[in-house]
Amino acid sequence: MSPQHHGTTAPQHHGTLPPDDAIIHVSDLVKKFGSFVANDHLTFDVKRGEIFGFLGANGAGKTTAIRILCGLSYPTSGELLVAGYNVYTQREKIKKNIGYMSQKFSLYDDLTVFENIRFYAAIYGLSKKEIYHRAGNLMKKLELEEARNKLIREIPLGWKQKLAFSVAIIHDPKIVFLDEPTGGVDPITRRQFWDMIYEAARSGITVFVTTHYMDEAEYCDRVCIMVDGRIAALDTPMDLRETFHAKTMNDVFLKLARAKTPEGI
Amino acid sequence: MNNAVEVLNLTKTYGDVHALKEISFSVTKGELFGFIGPDGAGKTTLFRILATLILPDGGSALIEENDIVKDYRKIRQLIGYMPGRFSLYQDLSVEENLRFFATIFGTTIEENYDLVKEIYSQIEPFKTRKAGQLSGGMKQKLALSCALIHKPDVLLLDEPTTGVDAVSRQEFWEMLKRLKEQGITIVVSTPYMDEASLCDQVALIQDGAIMQISTPAKVIDSYPLGLYSVSTSDNYQLLLDLKQLPQVCSAFAYGQAAHLSYRKGEMTKEEVKLYLSKKGHQDVTITPIKPTIEDCFMELMQTSGQADK
Repeated sequence: MSPQHHGTTAPQHHGTLPPDDAIIHVSDLVKKFGSFVANDHLTFDVKRGEIFGFLGANGAGKTTAIRILCGLSYPTSGELLVAGYNVYTQREKIKKNIGYMSQKFSLYDDLTVFENIRFYAAIYGLSKKEIYHRAGNLMKKLELEEARNKLIREIPLGWKQKLAFSVAIIHDPKIVFLDEPTGGVDPITRRQFWDMIYEAARSGITVFVTTHYMDEAEYCDRVCIMVDGRIAALDTPMDLRETFHAKTMNDVFLKLARAKTPEGI
Repeated sequence: MNNAVEVLNLTKTYGDVHALKEISFSVTKGELFGFIGPDGAGKTTLFRILATLILPDGGSALIEENDIVKDYRKIRQLIGYMPGRFSLYQDLSVEENLRFFATIFGTTIEENYDLVKEIYSQIEPFKTRKAGQLSGGMKQKLALSCALIHKPDVLLLDEPTTGVDAVSRQEFWEMLKRLKEQGITIVVSTPYMDEASLCDQVALIQDGAIMQISTPAKVIDSYPLGLYSVSTSDNYQLLLDLKQLPQVCSAFAYGQAAHLSYRKGEMTKEEVKLYLSKKGHQDVTITPIKPTIEDCFMELMQTSGQADK
């Protein structure tokens, strides 16, 4: 972790984005835990309506950055706007305007399908009438009407993840954060899940997604690759493949992540 | 030659969930055998039964000719088991964990150091660190060292690469390859389809049933359909359009392209090209390709009627 780093090693910021095009604006983000620098001068913008892939090895600093963007943790320094709100002073506003889902934490196993939808919709501040209306539409779309009163633990993982995603955007957020949403999911469901991501993006929701499946990196509009707390590369998948003379995103990822210092800091 | 693992009609149910539906397979000595399938396929249940931690409801399983029910004590000496969830002692140091497992099996680190050397030496610089404070990749190396320290004949590794990044995953498989060279039989499970090609034999498993067992090359050879890799300037619209093609069997996103499967002889490249240009697609590329294990898996899921649950 070199303290002299200027953030100039990678094409991380195009500099041409007009601010009103950026739904997430991150400038010089630093997050330290004691002497450990988890996020080391990150600068990037995420454009409205884009699917933004956020990749990196375990411990590269992805989760730290996501927690800050979701208003769950304060940065040590840096200027950040999420959906137009300041991460230092307007965290509650941020939480109302984003959705969040992860593989590890999505739905409550001991609540039913409907109870989960109602719970999240209420947390996101929807009215009772609106909750019933949207819950009905959602269950219909996912063909879950018959499973309405089933406990979440009784439904297959694939359904569960699709439901979790739908619940995360039930309040029409400006941005949805997906932290490894498809881990362990079967290959067909994984693709159906991406169909849903595309659909959400087409409806104007910005998607910020992390994944360990490198083929999924190809489905993103732009991909940011983190190595050791820094942005090692940020570009469209096609340009990344060209820049790094790689055939696939997996090769790009291995090239960048392999170049890092040995694990165990 | 006797098989290292011999499983016949193994069944396990939890209430009305059929976790394993009459599973049969055998693993030859010294083989690297992979169970490939998503979460909920039954992999962990199977590994727990083989590790003599839970009992099956029916069927039988032998490890090195020992019965998993009757001879469980013997089996526990013979196997090294790495569960899917990190289950070493978080508040013991790296070295203490390894010493603990060696002692339990009546041996010492020194006695079998050769076996774990290559893996353990990578984490040895941190041997005083508490296991709970290790990174994911290091935890995995420690867990593998602990499963190996008593010199097992058969290694049972339940999803060792889940949640681990692409770099550590690759390193892990390189380690397995070298362990195999030392004659250890390895049974490993993974949800990552791309890891299948690294095994001698694979069992594709879904919903408690094995859909196919073969070598990775034979799995690919037995793919019954033709397959094109198709890409255009708008791959999302491409998928929507390909799914509308009358002769299509399936159209799935696959990295930079879409994979389009069709019954052999029923669809030419030219037909697809014409169709797509009518739909207004530009920069259309269509290449006939060999399927990957993931293509095969999806095809098997569809033909076994499990795609749309």
